[in-house]
Amino acid sequence: MKNLKMSLAAMLLVGSLAYAQHDHKKMKTSHKMGEKKMMVNQGHDMKTEAILNDYFNLKNALVNDDGKKAAQAGSKLAISLKAFDMKAYTAEQQKELIDIIEDATEHAEHIAKSDIGHQREHFKTLSVDMTDLVAITGTKHTLFEQFCSMYDKGSAWLSRSNEVRNPYYGSKMLKCGKVQKEIN
Amino acid sequence: MKIVKILGLVLVAAFVVIQFVPTSLNQSDVISTEDFMSTYKVPQQIETILKTSCYDCHSNNTKYPWYNKIQPIAWVIEDHVKVGKEELNLSEFGSYSKRRQKSKLKSIGSQIEDGEMPLSSYALIHRDAKISEDEKRLMVEWINKIIDSL
Repeated sequence: MKNLKMSLAAMLLVGSLAYAQHDHKKMKTSHKMGEKKMMVNQGHDMKTEAILNDYFNLKNALVNDDGKKAAQAGSKLAISLKAFDMKAYTAEQQKELIDIIEDATEHAEHIAKSDIGHQREHFKTLSVDMTDLVAITGTKHTLFEQFCSMYDKGSAWLSRSNEVRNPYYGSKMLKCGKVQKEIN
Repeated sequence: MKIVKILGLVLVAAFVVIQFVPTSLNQSDVISTEDFMSTYKVPQQIETILKTSCYDCHSNNTKYPWYNKIQPIAWVIEDHVKVGKEELNLSEFGSYSKRRQKSKLKSIGSQIEDGEMPLSSYALIHRDAKISEDEKRLMVEWINKIIDSL
């Protein structure tokens, strides 16, 4: 009985120590991210392209059914999104951009810590955000909006190529979908 | 044997000491105008489900169980509520942008549909928080209707 009590107390203590440590760690990482933000300081076009790059890496990972790579791309995308600079835009555009960036960042962060099924769910809404972002910022490259009518009552995504490679189904239905629109 | 005894005493003492570490309670007297219930026209049934199964961790008002008086359990609960509110705060839902509301509604629907929310550890203790299959269907249908109207 005594032993039981003691081990119980030990568990509680270890648990509470681990908890305190956990909080401490969180603070450290947020500090690091702040530094990174300062370093990236180029034109706003570059920042849009960086966001799109990460988005396409994410898309390609999903096409390849690679949840691990998709997660990595997701966390990179979250960082690029936070670094987005909207000074060059009108007040009205900025209002819209703030909403887009905020929403997209949340999706990217979730993609960074989810299994592939959830990653694809978030990728759908993220793709809407990206399409709306590009509509305001424009981009140097030609993009293709593609559409798959099967996934979740119909879902779109962006691609740099006009060949369809489906990020929602990957190898299961790689070529399912069609080009819906050419952007730029 | 002596060492074990001393160690045990130290741990017991530590347990007693941590009982005095204060925790902040997630309770607010302010009736938020941004609350989910004032943002949409919510049917009574849906409101009941949300209030019993979601609001403890996803709003500014938690109904605490008696064991919230014991450390380190209170810390675990505090952390759950903090993370839960960061993810989704139904007390402030109306302050979210339309875009974010839509995203959140979608996530709420899919989490409920997949049975991932409410957390099984939470539903295990709060038996009434468990969402039945019928309630699930009702919720998901209603949420989809709201999303389509946005």
